[in-house]
Amino acid sequence: MNNTEITQKSDNNYITKNHKYKVIIIGASTGGLKAIQPILSALPAEFALSVIVVMHRHKDTDSYLERSLDDSSKMHVKQADEKEEIKAGVVYVAPPNYHLLIEDDGTFSMSVEGEVNYARPSIDVVFESAAEVYGEGLVGVILTGANKDGSLGLKKIKEAGGLAIVQTPETSEAADMPRAAMAVARPDYVLPIEKIGPLLRKLESEG
Amino acid sequence: MDKTNESEKIEFDLILQAIYQKYGYDFRDYAKASIRRRLRYRLTQSNLKTISEMQHKLLNDKEFFDSLLLDLTINVTEMFRDPSFFKTIREVVIPEFKKQPFIKVWHAGCSSGEEIYSTAILLKENGMYESSLIYATDTNEVVLDKAKSGIFPIEKMKDFTVNYRKAGGLASFADYYTAKYDSAIMDNSLKKNIVFSNHNLVTDGVFGEMDMIMCRNVLIYFNRELQDRVFRLFMDSLRPGGFLCLGSKETIRFSSYSDNFENVAEKEKIYRRVGVPLKNLKI
Ligand SMILES: C[S@@+](CC[C@H](N)C(=O)[O-])C[C@H]1O[C@@H](n2cnc3c(N)ncnc32)[C@H](O)[C@@H]1O
Repeated sequence: MNNTEITQKSDNNYITKNHKYKVIIIGASTGGLKAIQPILSALPAEFALSVIVVMHRHKDTDSYLERSLDDSSKMHVKQADEKEEIKAGVVYVAPPNYHLLIEDDGTFSMSVEGEVNYARPSIDVVFESAAEVYGEGLVGVILTGANKDGSLGLKKIKEAGGLAIVQTPETSEAADMPRAAMAVARPDYVLPIEKIGPLLRKLESEG
Repeated sequence: MDKTNESEKIEFDLILQAIYQKYGYDFRDYAKASIRRRLRYRLTQSNLKTISEMQHKLLNDKEFFDSLLLDLTINVTEMFRDPSFFKTIREVVIPEFKKQPFIKVWHAGCSSGEEIYSTAILLKENGMYESSLIYATDTNEVVLDKAKSGIFPIEKMKDFTVNYRKAGGLASFADYYTAKYDSAIMDNSLKKNIVFSNHNLVTDGVFGEMDMIMCRNVLIYFNRELQDRVFRLFMDSLRPGGFLCLGSKETIRFSSYSDNFENVAEKEKIYRRVGVPLKNLKI
């Protein structure tokens, strides 16, 4: 993985090479908005990592999700664009009706390949692709959801040396997705929502 | 990055090189993440163990290559995909066309043809089909044949009808096809002014004097440099004032040819070639 290059290209000068983690990807489905909001609101405007949110959403949705997340976040929130460079301190939201992938140079790419786990965007697709690029610099988070998307991808993140966090199933609006992730990926942390934001803040300062 | 990962990436690149040298299909400048995902998918579907085994197989087994080609060119499509886009074509672009005696449209990367028939329906409903010619091209012969046949699975028509309505369609959508067993056969009157041909955007040349080029959800698979080359091809294929339509996550704004196009509907990714003299073009 070429973190140095990503760092050099970025114009956000508060990223330094001694951050262990570079990117956090949060996957959520049923009940996801309410679960993501408190996590984002716990992060500062100048958070040193990039955050990518992958929510299962209807294909013709407008920017409601982006706006709702922006309202609850101090960080800048935007929909991910094709070939856009992934920068620290920004929350990127996966667009509806496309799969989101990460290229070696730390930019987004997209595909209209068919649904994976009945979803497009699929959390597995992003996780797998990001694990390849960021390796141990990646944090994967699985929140509430009524399916199994994300569990295999979370396993890939772990295999590549990254960190896996899962919302406690009992505190999830829909417990299937956290349960599947726990069964398949042996996460490092299983936590209720209110503890995930603070943990991410702590990870920020790990070198 | 660990070493296995790095070697794997090299092996994937070698596969693309092998495909190019043996079969002439050039995927070398495609965005890598999706390509690797598809190659890996084919590997798990086959009984091959390693990427180098796969390379050997594809070089010596044309049928295997053909299946790989289908994996690499993602062909997923629908009629009136992004209804608001087609609504804008209906409301903004078609009225412009009405000022002309004849129009030429190029669908580049038309896949199995759902998008072409959508355009054909729009032209027909505006009384313009008879004075139009639609060029439908793709690099994948299998999907191009499907497009030619104009036969689609009947179970998809429900979704397509919903899209058609959202795109501003007022007629009865079922009048455009005949249902037969599990197929919907598109009406011949929609087909007669469509010219189907194999065209590869990486290796083939210009189509002259188009009034509109639709190339949606194809450029997302290309890297920046290749996107730029294809934008150049489109610019050279459009008459000044001709329309360029891209997919909802594609834009010409970060390309070298951005200045040669003005926005018609930025959100729907509809642009128009400005009529600048050739010497002022950025080349
Ligand atoms: C996802 S489909 C897009 C179909 C349709 N335009 C739509 O948006 O629904 C992408 C198509 O691009 C074609 N394609 C990929 N590479 C190409 C190339 N180099 N030249 C021409 N077509 C290409 C594929 O074969 C596939 O049919």
